[in-house]
Amino acid sequence: MAKEFQKGKMVPVPSRSIVPERDVDKMPVLECSHLGIDFGGLTAVNELNLTIGRTEIAGLIGPNGAGKTTVFNLLTKVYQPTRGTILLNGKDTHGMSTTQVNRAGIARTFQNIRLFSNLTVEDNVRIGLHNQVRYPMWDGVFRLPRYWKQEKVAHEKAMELLSIFHMEDLAQHQAGSLPYGAQRRLEIVRALATNPRLLLLDEPAAGMNPSETHDLMENIIKIRDTFQIAIMLIEHDMNLVMGICEGICVLNFGEVIAKGTSEEIQRNPKVIEAYLGSGKKGG
Amino acid sequence: MMKQLSPARKRLLDNALTYGIVIVAYLVLQLLSGAELLSSTMEGLLIPICAYVIMAVSLNLVVGISGELSLGHAGFMSVGAFSGVVANVALQQLIPVNSLRLVAALAVGAVMAGFAGFIIGIPVLRLRGDYLAIVTLAFGEIIKNVINCLYIGVDENGIHFATNQAALALAEGGKAVVKGPMGASGYTKLSSFTAGFILVLITLVIVLNLVHSRAGRAILALRDNRIAAESVGISATKYKMMAFVTSSVLAGAAGVLYALSFGSIAAKKFDFNASILVLVYVVLGGLGNIRGSVIAAALLVVLPELLREFYDYRMLVYAIVLILVMLLTNSVGIRQFLAQRFVRLGRVLSKRAMKGVEN
Repeated sequence: MAKEFQKGKMVPVPSRSIVPERDVDKMPVLECSHLGIDFGGLTAVNELNLTIGRTEIAGLIGPNGAGKTTVFNLLTKVYQPTRGTILLNGKDTHGMSTTQVNRAGIARTFQNIRLFSNLTVEDNVRIGLHNQVRYPMWDGVFRLPRYWKQEKVAHEKAMELLSIFHMEDLAQHQAGSLPYGAQRRLEIVRALATNPRLLLLDEPAAGMNPSETHDLMENIIKIRDTFQIAIMLIEHDMNLVMGICEGICVLNFGEVIAKGTSEEIQRNPKVIEAYLGSGKKGG
Repeated sequence: MMKQLSPARKRLLDNALTYGIVIVAYLVLQLLSGAELLSSTMEGLLIPICAYVIMAVSLNLVVGISGELSLGHAGFMSVGAFSGVVANVALQQLIPVNSLRLVAALAVGAVMAGFAGFIIGIPVLRLRGDYLAIVTLAFGEIIKNVINCLYIGVDENGIHFATNQAALALAEGGKAVVKGPMGASGYTKLSSFTAGFILVLITLVIVLNLVHSRAGRAILALRDNRIAAESVGISATKYKMMAFVTSSVLAGAAGVLYALSFGSIAAKKFDFNASILVLVYVVLGGLGNIRGSVIAAALLVVLPELLREFYDYRMLVYAIVLILVMLLTNSVGIRQFLAQRFVRLGRVLSKRAMKGVEN
């Protein structure tokens, strides 16, 4: 199937050529090859080849049910892939659990928000800092000096991270009581707290109004620039995807149908067909 | 009107209130007991109250805070109870001071129960929800039945284990401590109300401090949303196990306290009913609500005693009281209704009082 894409500006898969120029010489943060998963007889994702540069902002788009979230679930090992390999910083993640993958450097947000809604905003971020600010259980139970020291560090770090989205004032609010947009932003902050190399955002702009989306776009770029990490996002808002993604991968029925820059994707007939349907058939 | 408190300050006050209630209750009971105003049955209930408060608080750590329904909590209590009794007898010569020997027995019981919790936790914590509940129930019964056919004896060569009395083969002067279905008897009572009170305080410190620390937040995160917690690098196995083992350690200590307050103890005391009873305290006090567990456990241990005058209908009244309390504490409608009644009653009383003043 790879051969079809070799004409024109489309590049053969697996491809490194949509990696932005500044990242080409560095080891890519993520390399997937021949990634696939079957659920019973259904092939949800097949032959996914993907390379993401060190500081790239990549987009993963496709019609509903194309398997985009499944790709995220494969990368974070919510599902174990049926075939193929995932290299994270050149290291094979085969057999790792979700927890281990996070420690190795992938953090994510969820399409249906998964905050710890009974806890405060600050506690949500502190839970994200779990592996960054550590102390043994006993220090906590007996309130030893290290507990106070580390809790202070955690508080300061949490506030610093919340300040990215100007959410310091909300720190003591219950996470579940925040407005929808703020919950999405909090999820991003919590993911960032785990100090990832690659941040996966699953529909970060869903439910946001145009001005919120605009702020979000600026913030995604700001996060990339400040933390020097790669960001991959699933999004249906084409203004956002075309506006900030340097490389875009289009998925349909679990297979990659196009890869390239935003201009290339917009001109690609296969992509247009996948989104709008073909005018030729039937009628 | 009411000043908005920061959550940290509010939590501090909340915890202080919990400790305060326990301390005041201890002082009042101690005074009453000193003035000999307590009936002998109430006097005998003081240590069991402490033991069941510890049981309820520790079970709340698993059920309320870690979010896993455990139906075998009494099993860990019995592991603690019997190892505590054996330690008590075995250390009789080595540590003649009673209070020190109690501490040693508590430590042995807690460690053994923690060990049992760890072993059982490995298979159990792989399961979720109803399955986990049923397997903990099974393990609770297994523990009870194993202890039911276990004979433990102590002589100068050390501790002997067997499945019947003859096989113990004790040396001259040796003593069979645990005798299968007969249970353990003939050991010195070591527990005191003060020891129980201190143990309750230690339990509260451990559980309340654990909840508000890094590990506790991880446990809460796993309860609220397991997938999200794992996605931020929290190991589900590790922290579920931490809650489970901490809880069984505390249950073990409660078992020692309980067993050493009587002259004898049998495994059938720690059956399924006992586990459910503790679960009732936890649910009644509120899942995740430590103070609620303390109050519910204390009241419900005493309640059957207070209902003594109903004789034959005692357990029936007990059940009705349980149902009423559940309805009252969990129904918004009834709570509002009662609140309104109280307000109206208050108004009527104040009007009468005013009239009284005018006249």
